Amino acid sequence: MSATLSTQTTPTARSAWWTIFRTCIEERLVYRGDFALGTLMRFLPIVTQVFLWTAVFASAKTGDGAIRGYTRDDVVAYYLLTMLGRALSSMPGLASGIAAQIRTGEIKKFMIQPIDLIGFCLAARLAHKLVYYTVAIGPFALVFWLCGDYFPEWPSASRFAAFVLALGMGFALGFFLEATLGMIGFWFLEVSSLLFVYMLFNFFFSGHMFPLEFLNGSLPKPLAAVLAYQPLQYLAYFPAAVYLGKLDDEAVLRGLALQAGWVLFFFMTCRWSMHAGMKRYSGYGG
Amino acid sequence: MAIIEIRDLRKSYRVYQKKEGLAASIRGLFHREYRDVQAVKGIDLTVEQGEFVAFLGPNGAGKTTTLKLLSGVISPTSGRATVMGYVPWERSNEYRRRFALVMGQKNQLWWDLPAAESFRLHQQIYRLAPAAFDRTMAELTELLDVEGLLNQPVRELSLGERMKMELIAALLHEPEVLFLDEPTIGLDVIAQHNIQQFLKRYQRERKTTILLTSHYMKDIEALCRRVVIIAQGRLMYDGSLAGIVDRFSGHKVLSLQFTDDQMPSDLARYGEVLSIEPPKIRLKIQREEIAKVLSSVLGSYAVADVSVEDPPLEEVIADAFAEAEEVTESRKLLVPSTSVEP
Repeated sequence: MSATLSTQTTPTARSAWWTIFRTCIEERLVYRGDFALGTLMRFLPIVTQVFLWTAVFASAKTGDGAIRGYTRDDVVAYYLLTMLGRALSSMPGLASGIAAQIRTGEIKKFMIQPIDLIGFCLAARLAHKLVYYTVAIGPFALVFWLCGDYFPEWPSASRFAAFVLALGMGFALGFFLEATLGMIGFWFLEVSSLLFVYMLFNFFFSGHMFPLEFLNGSLPKPLAAVLAYQPLQYLAYFPAAVYLGKLDDEAVLRGLALQAGWVLFFFMTCRWSMHAGMKRYSGYGG
Repeated sequence: MAIIEIRDLRKSYRVYQKKEGLAASIRGLFHREYRDVQAVKGIDLTVEQGEFVAFLGPNGAGKTTTLKLLSGVISPTSGRATVMGYVPWERSNEYRRRFALVMGQKNQLWWDLPAAESFRLHQQIYRLAPAAFDRTMAELTELLDVEGLLNQPVRELSLGERMKMELIAALLHEPEVLFLDEPTIGLDVIAQHNIQQFLKRYQRERKTTILLTSHYMKDIEALCRRVVIIAQGRLMYDGSLAGIVDRFSGHKVLSLQFTDDQMPSDLARYGEVLSIEPPKIRLKIQREEIAKVLSSVLGSYAVADVSVEDPPLEEVIADAFAEAEEVTESRKLLVPSTSVEP
């Protein structure tokens, strides 16, 4: 029976990552019940959001029916789009998982075996996202179809391409940012409070609760400038704003360039902190 | 050629000294006191290709720290070590493809998946050619008798079965050097025996160089011809298992059985009485006295049976550990407190 056990070709770097990816998918599928429930529960808040914003706009009674350029329909569409963006860019359990591996010493595996920790986490995360989307695509499509009236006309092809690119880079940014946070576990064994603070910032500055324009207008100038350059906006706000046409072409290009810059920054910070962390770990702990 | 060379290897940790009480805990938020713990205090060791060496020592003696140093998980405070010419803590991929570390309490298999999945992953990670992988796999699963368990999720396996799977995972890439840290910890006698038999056979056939730490003397008696005793971070003994008795024990155990229940009452003059179960008695006799005592006893009493034995190994080793502690204590007294320990 063991003759069938091996993968039939001589392993290469690519086949190794592919096998890791596949194994992660299999692992993910073990707990199907938990997973299906978790996926469905994500869609419940939509209903409350629609009611909330309807009420807000009804009582605001602005002249043109819009708040800082967003009508109620815009806000609902915005909310749905950020949900899509966050489904890609949020990394539940990544930072805390890395920190836990450091605390329990499981991280040793990646020091002993010829395998890269970040690469491994990335393959696992891609696998998890793929499994998630395979299941979630049905409910997502249904919700977008039901809420179709809230959306403006389809964007142009180039706009749509920019939207997809922003979503893709959003995934990369979310991954490397959270992985970097996890590496802090090499210095402070317990990172849960730190992650809580991060989640709080994320909540406001990624634009996940409301468009960043709402925040922007009420902030003093220097703070607003910071807000315009900070990385969290690319996890939710930016792709949605691109899709809804809230940014002109120049702003979209500038945004994409800045987003790519942040991805690169966190990619390098993540790798550097892993190496520095492992060095420290090997110096002190064990 | 030596496959493992260790020269004056030292490792000290910094440990946060937490004091008792709430006030101390609050002070600890701002100012922390650390203490240096010297886990390994200058070890020299040379291991030849194909040797099976046991590391013996009490808890906290530095055995596991030494294995961690050799597998590159931690780097030393000072000193040198090479394994197959590599410096372990540089963690080069070439080195990592040629050794393996198995820790009895740590898991490297995927908990929710069948072991077969983890093995396939190892094939990829270690870049093993399919033919070689299948051959090693077939051999190992047969030797360990786990062919039927490969497709069961690891979490459903017993501890013994899981340990066998861990061993397979560690051996798939045919490491030239293998570090085993308490591979039989927590296993029942039968499972322990199985693992021992397997390791013995595997090592004999492959001539793999193996370093093993264990608290079970049975493991060591069954497997290793060379024993290294580490205590208090220092190497105390390096030699054969039998040699431990010569080195650390100055006495033998003399057992006498008399012809009737009338036991002589003055036997205590020969040495310490260990036990009396009429008509048998066991005495602890100084090694150099043994011939004299024997002829005197046999000349004076009616003896039905006699035997002279070495004291049990566990006892000797416990004495040796105690001796190590005394040495360290006396050193502490001799060295002024300001100077660094030699």
